[in-house]
Amino acid sequence: MRRYLPFIIVAAVALITFGSGLALFRAKRPPLPTPKKDSIAAGAEETQGLHVRGNATAPVTLEEFGDFECPPCGTMAGVLKEAEEKYGARLRVIFHQYPLAIHVHAREAALASEAAHLQGRFWEMHDLLYQEQGVWTKSTDVPSLFNSYANKIGLDVDRFKKDMQAPEAKARVATDQKLAAARGVTSTPTIFINNVLLPPTSLNPTDLHAAIDAALKEKTAP
Amino acid sequence: MKGKRQRPREATRSRTPVILYSVAALFAAAGLADATYLTVIALTGEAAACGGSAGCSEVLGSSYARVAGIPVAAFGLLGYFSAFSLAVFAAFNYARAQKLFILAVCALFVATLWFLYVQAFLLHAYCRYCLFSAAISFLLMGLVVAAPGQPKEKP
Repeated sequence: MRRYLPFIIVAAVALITFGSGLALFRAKRPPLPTPKKDSIAAGAEETQGLHVRGNATAPVTLEEFGDFECPPCGTMAGVLKEAEEKYGARLRVIFHQYPLAIHVHAREAALASEAAHLQGRFWEMHDLLYQEQGVWTKSTDVPSLFNSYANKIGLDVDRFKKDMQAPEAKARVATDQKLAAARGVTSTPTIFINNVLLPPTSLNPTDLHAAIDAALKEKTAP
Repeated sequence: MKGKRQRPREATRSRTPVILYSVAALFAAAGLADATYLTVIALTGEAAACGGSAGCSEVLGSSYARVAGIPVAAFGLLGYFSAFSLAVFAAFNYARAQKLFILAVCALFVATLWFLYVQAFLLHAYCRYCLFSAAISFLLMGLVVAAPGQPKEKP
């Protein structure tokens, strides 16, 4: 028996390693895309060139002109997420690209989100870019990090890399920048609620919720 | 050893390599667990999150974290599994296993030095899981240096 003991130990550890690795892989693997009702509505509008999240017929539309590298936009992403949870079907959010030239990787990040959009995962990349803003903005190897983000949200990474350079992605960013210029946007984040500009001093949860409440009241008023 | 009673001193001396290789096997098992975790998070893309550690994401998301598309952690997994298996066989007095164990540990140690260099001088960021792996391979190297001469070849 002692003669076979090392073989038994090694085989047992190999099995445990394989089994636990497989279990961990299954637990951590990103889920396959299962579009929710809301995102189907949003997807319908995305084909028209907008990044929309939420109920397509919501009484309040919040538009953000954002830059993924801008720290206040990162803070605002959390605030907007809370507002989306609070107002549910009464609020829809539209994101417009406005990468500022002063931010070294902002345009690259905008293109990464557009490349994700080409595979139907714009919002997943949007959320991850803001969530990890403190990491990639300080990185010396931003493309590799973006590739790992693409992998994390279940994109085809090779296609993602190509799409980062795709004319469609660049055109979408350019279109949003033209829209920003037309609407007088000069800084990020700039927020419009039902086409009314939210003053920069109101970019906080309290004032934002008050502005959404006011817009809701206005819509529901007889 | 079989059939003969050993004097207490001799018995203690012969037990030393067994204890050292058993400890080495435990260290290698810890390295194996770490490398398995790193391999899985590299394959799932979870490297991006990495427990909220900035340095970790930067290291595991860098171009140095893969060779020909294969996560380097997978090579670490193979390395630690080899070291573990060889340490187990060496603990059971397999002399060839001892030689191969030394080779495996040296390879792990060289790889560790390279990854420490990459983290310190090329990426300027450290990954806690990689540092844990580095500590394990330093401990294994310490045991290799501390291990006494080779045991007799098993018939």
